[in-house]
Amino acid sequence: MKGVAITGMGIISSIGNSVEENFISLIENKIGITRIENISTVHADVIKVGEIKKTNAELVNELELPEDNNFSRTAMIGAFAAKQAVKNAGITSINEFRTGLISATSVGGMDMTEKHYYDYFKDPELTKYISCHDGGDVADKIAEELGLKGMVTTISTACSSAANSIMLGARLIKNGKLDRVIVGGTDALAKFTINGFKTLMILSDDYNKPFDNNRKGLNLGEAAAYLVLESDEIVEKQNKKVLARVSGYGNANDAFHQTASSENGDGAYLAMKKAFEVSGLKPNEIDYINVHGTATPNNDLSEGRALLRIYEDLKVPDFSSTKPYTGHTLAAAAAIEAIYSVLAIQNSVVYPNLNFETPMEEFDLKPQTSLKMKNIEHVLSNSFGFGGNCSTLIFSKS
Amino acid sequence: MKKTYINGVGCISAQKTFDTVFLEEAVYNQNETILSVLAPVYKDFITPTAIRRMAKGVKNGIVASALALKDARLENVDAIITGTGLGCIEDSEKFLKNILDNNEEFLTPTSFIQSTHNTVGAQIALSLQCKGYNFTYVNGAVSFESAILDAKMQIEENEANSILVGGIDENGDYTTSLFKLAGRIKQDGEQPYDVLNPTSTGTVFGEGASFFVLENEKKDTTYAQILDVEIKNTLEENEIETEIITFLNANNLQISDVDAVVFGLNGNITFDSYYTSLAENAFAKTPQLYYKHLSGEYDTASAFALWMASKVIRTQEIPEIIKVNSVEKPAYNTILLYNQLNGKNHSFTLLSK
Amino acid sequence: MEALKEELKNKIITTLNLEDIAIEDIADNDPLFGDGLGLDSIDALELIVILDKDYGIKLVDPKEGKSIFQSIETMAAYISANRTK
Repeated sequence: MKGVAITGMGIISSIGNSVEENFISLIENKIGITRIENISTVHADVIKVGEIKKTNAELVNELELPEDNNFSRTAMIGAFAAKQAVKNAGITSINEFRTGLISATSVGGMDMTEKHYYDYFKDPELTKYISCHDGGDVADKIAEELGLKGMVTTISTACSSAANSIMLGARLIKNGKLDRVIVGGTDALAKFTINGFKTLMILSDDYNKPFDNNRKGLNLGEAAAYLVLESDEIVEKQNKKVLARVSGYGNANDAFHQTASSENGDGAYLAMKKAFEVSGLKPNEIDYINVHGTATPNNDLSEGRALLRIYEDLKVPDFSSTKPYTGHTLAAAAAIEAIYSVLAIQNSVVYPNLNFETPMEEFDLKPQTSLKMKNIEHVLSNSFGFGGNCSTLIFSKS
Repeated sequence: MKKTYINGVGCISAQKTFDTVFLEEAVYNQNETILSVLAPVYKDFITPTAIRRMAKGVKNGIVASALALKDARLENVDAIITGTGLGCIEDSEKFLKNILDNNEEFLTPTSFIQSTHNTVGAQIALSLQCKGYNFTYVNGAVSFESAILDAKMQIEENEANSILVGGIDENGDYTTSLFKLAGRIKQDGEQPYDVLNPTSTGTVFGEGASFFVLENEKKDTTYAQILDVEIKNTLEENEIETEIITFLNANNLQISDVDAVVFGLNGNITFDSYYTSLAENAFAKTPQLYYKHLSGEYDTASAFALWMASKVIRTQEIPEIIKVNSVEKPAYNTILLYNQLNGKNHSFTLLSK
Repeated sequence: MEALKEELKNKIITTLNLEDIAIEDIADNDPLFGDGLGLDSIDALELIVILDKDYGIKLVDPKEGKSIFQSIETMAAYISANRTK
């Protein structure tokens, strides 16, 4: 099958404020993992994060928001990336066709809520932030910034959220329900998630090392990324450049544990299997796998086993996790990795899985550890989240 | 293209909706600003080991989904899709308060895990061992309609034969106090809170969990068919009527074909005009129903409305307590639901017998 | 030691919301996880916080909990030997 056309991309992450900057960082091994600067936390000296080095004030400025705005950081970086994507797709009249926005977030406006929680009753000026807590407010704000009036919704399935928004967007185009849809996700760093992951004891105090035997956990990150998907009719009519296509997708539930993945990666296996069915591709046609690879002991073991089950006697293709560059950006992760997948296709490159030293003792799987140039027709990208939510996307050369 | 049928329903709300026929014991409370669910005996549905960590929303979701499955005479489904505005907000409050009060020390993971928006859908999957498609939508007043729209597509695409779809929200004390501060919830001491004759801004708030089993075939448990769902983020008040006519026309229907219309009236004087202008003009000759005086306003209150509309089609009767006007029809075969919140996130849902 | 064991049983029941379990139901050598009391990995993380908060013992790796949390007996022994408060 041909897949749904991607015609625009926009991104902001700890490794760059544009698609180009992100790509340069990826091929030049410029990582975005540092000590935390924008949030005051008692864990500041212990944890490392993938933080966007722009303050809220700088973001307000760049987005030209009015002084009395009530944007959460999540909404600001989301609007930043979504505007880039729309511009990149050459869209000038957003409501010209049936255009939708499918966003994703896990924290929503939590960054503002946690900052002002007890002060709301003391300072009337803060009241405006109360309504920006909920996840949907982020998409509402982005839609407003884009002037988009049609279908707007948000998916929140923890760390697989953006994969699911891309999946839904592709289905809406295929179904003819929409002509054009902006899909992706956004999550700002928050004390809430930092402490949440800390209580699960899956935060590393070092640089994360996906698929390494001595991996200690993940580094959290923040990012936003959006892609524009368009119907073939519009692509033809407007003679649009197609960057790549969403050719496969699958979602399944591990139904094993509230936070942990099953030993043999059932959910991951089912999600990948489904994506292959939708795309009509065979596993050996995949040239590069952008793994979820969070570097938690549990994820990489489960995901590795699922990969081995999918590939049976075949060799697992070149794979890497890009989380050593960006950290785990939760609901934005699958969107930034979708863009990295498209860039891999466009530039014929496999990114290195940084920080890898020792193969895991449980199986014989070694990620690609240096930049590799080769033709790439199809990329598979995995994203898994709490609640057993497993998603796989396949991107193909147009 | 396969059609989508509602074959089972389950509802936990501020009314007796889980072991009654149809709102015969409903009470219109005009004295409270916040309505709480009438809780079922959770232990009849959930094992003690499973229940001990569950948030209120999870418990209500599990019971409502179990009721819907039983109603549809099914043991399991192919997919689970939920909608929630704020998720399990009580646990979010608890975790955040612990962070702030204890200076980020001695925190435990349980409330963090429960605060994840997809926790209800995930725990239903876990308890049913359902490994299929599992999505959660969180977009204010269209969270539930997004779930319905997705489910309908799944059925049309032949991806699933049976799907559990639900809308869940719970009240959290601190959050409701913030909503009062922000004017989203009505102020105390201004009772009676009359939804049809409001005198103030804000709304009476509520909580609940309503689940539906959607299937691609008609059975003897079938309530109604879902003809169509549409979501629009932004519409001006004067655009609503045209939007509804276009929506009906796309389904080969006119306003005169609608046997009853369900409005999301919530007693907020600023935004109820979205409904009242329709009520006075386009739908003046149509039986009009309302529900938020029974359920309270919350992001997924419209799931309560779908439960209500399903029951109307099944019983062919409209309880007095939900009537806005006195217009009657010989039969209630086609029902339109329209909801919005604060002039944003509009949804139109069309049901037929 | 007996007092500590009693204290731990109490804490486990309240912290983990084991409503239907009484102190008498937990024998000192009963396994806490799996077939015994039926605790899981999330409970283990809760127990790690009890060690930290109430006894001043910090575990860095959740895997360390495995041997410590075998039973009330092992837990009490570990706490007596390592407690800082």
